[in-house]
Amino acid sequence: MSYFVVGYYALLIGASCLAAFYSKRQLFLLLFSLTLVSFIMGIVGGVPALWGVTICAGLLALAGGTSYAFREFLVIIAPREPAKELRTAPLTASFGMFVIFTYAIAGIFAPVIAPFGEAEVVSTAFAPADPQMLLGADQLGRDLFSRLVFGARNTVGIALLATLLAFLMGAVAGLLAATKGGWFDQLLGRIADVIMSIPSLIFALLMLSIFGTNLVVIVIIIAIIYAPRVFRLTRAVAGNVVVMDYIEAAKLRGEGTWYLIRKEILPNSTAPLIAEFGLEFCFVFLLISGLSFLGLGIQPPTADWGSMVRENATLISFGEITPLIPAAAIALLTVAVNFVVDWMLFRSSGLKG
Amino acid sequence: MGDVFKLVLKRLGLGLITLLVISVLIFFAVELLPGDIAQAVLGQGATPENLAALREQMGLNDPAPLRYLNWLVGALQGDFGISLVSGERVSAAIGPRFVNTLFLASYAAVIAVPVSIVLGVIVALLRNSIFDRVANVLTLTSISSPEFFLGYILILYFAVKWGAFPAIASLGSDMSLAELLNRTFLPALTMVLVVTAHMMRMTRAAIINLLSSPYIEMAHLKGTPPWKVIVKHALPNAWAPIINVVALNLAYLVTGVVLVEVVFVYPGIGQLLVDAVSKRDFPIVQACCLIFAATFILLNLAADVGAILTNPRLRHPK
Repeated sequence: MSYFVVGYYALLIGASCLAAFYSKRQLFLLLFSLTLVSFIMGIVGGVPALWGVTICAGLLALAGGTSYAFREFLVIIAPREPAKELRTAPLTASFGMFVIFTYAIAGIFAPVIAPFGEAEVVSTAFAPADPQMLLGADQLGRDLFSRLVFGARNTVGIALLATLLAFLMGAVAGLLAATKGGWFDQLLGRIADVIMSIPSLIFALLMLSIFGTNLVVIVIIIAIIYAPRVFRLTRAVAGNVVVMDYIEAAKLRGEGTWYLIRKEILPNSTAPLIAEFGLEFCFVFLLISGLSFLGLGIQPPTADWGSMVRENATLISFGEITPLIPAAAIALLTVAVNFVVDWMLFRSSGLKG
Repeated sequence: MGDVFKLVLKRLGLGLITLLVISVLIFFAVELLPGDIAQAVLGQGATPENLAALREQMGLNDPAPLRYLNWLVGALQGDFGISLVSGERVSAAIGPRFVNTLFLASYAAVIAVPVSIVLGVIVALLRNSIFDRVANVLTLTSISSPEFFLGYILILYFAVKWGAFPAIASLGSDMSLAELLNRTFLPALTMVLVVTAHMMRMTRAAIINLLSSPYIEMAHLKGTPPWKVIVKHALPNAWAPIINVVALNLAYLVTGVVLVEVVFVYPGIGQLLVDAVSKRDFPIVQACCLIFAATFILLNLAADVGAILTNPRLRHPK
């Protein structure tokens, strides 16, 4: 029984007693169930397991603190109306915004932040970390940290481009289908059905085997795969708007289709579309990373997180976490975007789930 | 009952048509190649004689619709032609691997389905409590992580640090079931983690949707004990969404299997597909895509039919 274990349980039990005393019921439940779980984990895994729990709790607290501070910061610098909305944002959402902000900074200022170039060989293969190379070197002796920073620019940039293209195609088709209706609507609907009935990864692999793996092809293929989702949503949302009286009035005034879409329908259907954009980005990002991981996406020597995982995968059998770092970078961004989207959906639908 | 039969038959027909359209798409996508398959296989430096010989051998001189029909008829009989790289029959390469993939997917499904439905119902009953919030964050994290991230974390801890399970799922032909289950545990667990998160969220949403309906409130108000409300009033209506959730997620498993197989070097059809794509072995790519798409459509169809059978309201479309 080390001091650590005694202190650990004393802290947990003390905190849960305090929570119970001040009748913070939820907090008490959380703390006390953590204590009970720790009993089991302590018996099975010993002291290291308890250390693991402590480190996780510390990280969570750090993340919570950061997101709280970031939210306050945003509330102060934002103009009045958005500030009111931001004040109600849950901590998860502000954590998401913080992560997205960090990634954006890393992506935009990549050449300034990274100590070395993305394809620059600066050391021996798999060199361990030192003060110059924060995370060590990869299989060719390139600095992993620099590649990670450049990856924020390449991977996220390409995913963003593909999402934008998918969105453009899907939204325009959806709006046209909703306003025109008839056979045009039917035709687009059936095409969307067919594309959506093939699993996206399989479809992407089929197309890549035919057109080969270059960047333009990847972006276009992914845009085509994900456009039908946007199409369906836009069509459904716009379909609800199209039957409104003011659209009828605009039609009677003699306005054209393009005017209707731009001035009447679009402003009234932006909220769900923005949330969809976030979700869509997550799907596209995961698909591109998956393809790169399979060696069929973004090609070397471009720094890209998916292929970095693949290149360094052998290290995992020596108990190194190096290949996990780029994978974690992918997961973190997707989680962050999902958190923000969750909050937006909650806000726009008034959904009390 | 005749109505239901007709409706199910209609859905089946629709599924069949979709499958046919997709087979056309898969076959003619290859026709989009600059030049043709023979040119793509032999490369730019091929002599005209070689090209002509290969075209003759692959039957490329026939018109495309005829070749499509031949391919389709062959595919229906399990004959997908001959691999361009190894020269062996595609069906011989795919057959045993397809069995492996099905084994892995069903292994994952057997664990994931009961666990996620029970957890999903519990979380729905505890909605808006702190457990619900924690579960929400955890499932969201699990969904957002790429499969290879989860896979490598599991390898790092279960295989390398604790040595509990093998990291590489190599299968022999004469292994006992226990050995087989042990070897494929980590890939199955990876898929379980992803699919469970999806299924939990969907089950939770479906149950909450159900519990907020007025007739449940009525049952509470007239003094029915809570367990009876769940078992007698909520459950019969919950089957439809739950069956739907299960079938949709099994369909999701089919795609997820590709990445997981590559991470664990599992001898399945997903690994074969990825290899074939990088080697541009079109007959194998086409066959694998057709199999994946067919499974996907079949499971989605099952979701539809299950929903129709368990929810009488869907039998009378407006």
